[in-house]
Amino acid sequence: MSEDRTISALPDGLWTQPQPSVPSGDDTVSEVQRIRTPASFVYDFTPGRAPSRFLRGLAEKKILGEKCPVSGDVYVPSRGMSPVEGLPTTEAVEVGPKATITSFCVVHIGFGENAPPTPFVSALILPDGAAVSLYGTILGIPHGDVRIGMRVEPIWLPDDQLSTSFENITHWEPIDEPDVPAEQLKGHM
Amino acid sequence: MTDVAIVSFAQTDHQRALPGINEVEMVQPVIQQALDGVGATISDIDFTCSGSSDYLAGQAFSFVMTLDAVGAWPPIAESHVEMDGAWALYEAWLKIQAGHADTALVYGYSKASPGDLPRVLSRELDPYYQGPLWPDSVAVAGLQARQMLDSAMITEAEMAEIAFRNRQSAANNPHAQLRGSAPVQELLAQDYLSNPLRKHDCPPITDGGCAIVLAAGDKAREWVDRPAWLRGIDHRIDSHNFGGRDLTVAPSIAIAAEKAGVSGDIDVAEVHAPFSHQEKIVITGLGLSDSVEVNPSGGALAANPMMAAGLVRLGEVARRIMSAEIDRGVAHATGGQLLQQNLVAVLEGE
Repeated sequence: MSEDRTISALPDGLWTQPQPSVPSGDDTVSEVQRIRTPASFVYDFTPGRAPSRFLRGLAEKKILGEKCPVSGDVYVPSRGMSPVEGLPTTEAVEVGPKATITSFCVVHIGFGENAPPTPFVSALILPDGAAVSLYGTILGIPHGDVRIGMRVEPIWLPDDQLSTSFENITHWEPIDEPDVPAEQLKGHM
Repeated sequence: MTDVAIVSFAQTDHQRALPGINEVEMVQPVIQQALDGVGATISDIDFTCSGSSDYLAGQAFSFVMTLDAVGAWPPIAESHVEMDGAWALYEAWLKIQAGHADTALVYGYSKASPGDLPRVLSRELDPYYQGPLWPDSVAVAGLQARQMLDSAMITEAEMAEIAFRNRQSAANNPHAQLRGSAPVQELLAQDYLSNPLRKHDCPPITDGGCAIVLAAGDKAREWVDRPAWLRGIDHRIDSHNFGGRDLTVAPSIAIAAEKAGVSGDIDVAEVHAPFSHQEKIVITGLGLSDSVEVNPSGGALAANPMMAAGLVRLGEVARRIMSAEIDRGVAHATGGQLLQQNLVAVLEGE
């Protein structure tokens, strides 16, 4: 007797759940199938020491990673810990701005107000000198031409619009340098 | 049953707010200290379990960020509870009982300072009837205190004495946030914060965390001279529906105490009673005699790091056993509002 209904706002719905059932025999109570109880909070977010260094660097168009005291690997953006050693990072190190695409996907369903027109490419991008990749959008090239190993650089907001925000980098664009062989990117996703 | 013991314990210096650092920067030194306490590294740990809350962090999957503090690569066996770390300890204890681990790292933490804690805690309530009314946690606790006062189960003076005793005990606890108290008469002269609760009846709002290392049998004896053996541990739940229970008692505490084996000689009880009147409910539920020293650390009235204050109680009892200060103690942890969920453990030296 229950019939599936779609609950997703995505085109055609991607998920379903059963129709709510209504108890029979009591017609004095009108059925309540759904209530809305909105909730929202304001938080004073604390980035912490290392993320604060990263965000302040972005305001100066610098990408700052944090160095593991044992391996020397540079993590970006870092929460102030080496995830391999479980130890605090000890030194901020500038990485990039040139970088390499380590993985990507072509996005056909855009989310959010600032999403570029679809289709576009979301990618993991390894800044030169870093051990792990950053997340970013690739523009300035047909999406079918994006490759793993492709060299890119960040495109920044105009100087008078810079703030302590990752959104300072609007997207990344290809540069005229030879691709990095994929085997050199292993372990750096 | 496998014998399991607490072998190491560390906690932050609990504070109202740690504005400069994030959660992982706050809790990593404590995890490090707990591991260093037995000369261990993460490679000596078979299972890791943490307790924290996204509602406090204001971020989805916030515990994943904190895993950087334990060195979770190469991959480790790890789990998380959206509860006080005392329940993370319970999960780790089960993991050891199941034969899947001999050692475990448990930690709990939160920064309550980024949000409006009494309102954030209203999201613990059921989302249909109570949550939409946005009762803050102090007002809800006030309902319980009012019911106790009106049933002559406690007086406002007794409540002030409980607050006074806990905070005076905390004067000897370097990790506590509120160390010392004004005299009871002065406390009672204050205005109500949320009638019938005065400020002293309420827990402080705290940023902080703690970490514990568990080990089974011979491994525990290898790591420390005098492990704090977990002789019994149990957790139970009362109804979340305020209208469906007598708020002046928490039967789940009495059941958990019986199952955990709370009886005989007990030197110290560390109980997790965030509001002054709740201590009386907990002590009654545990069936403790007057000779038991309650909350020598100052309890949650002296420092109340959400998701950690319950685990701290286990750590405080274990610390006193490991240092041979006491032989046997009871630890209690609570979760949710009005003592809804309760965990009781009995710890003992050899």
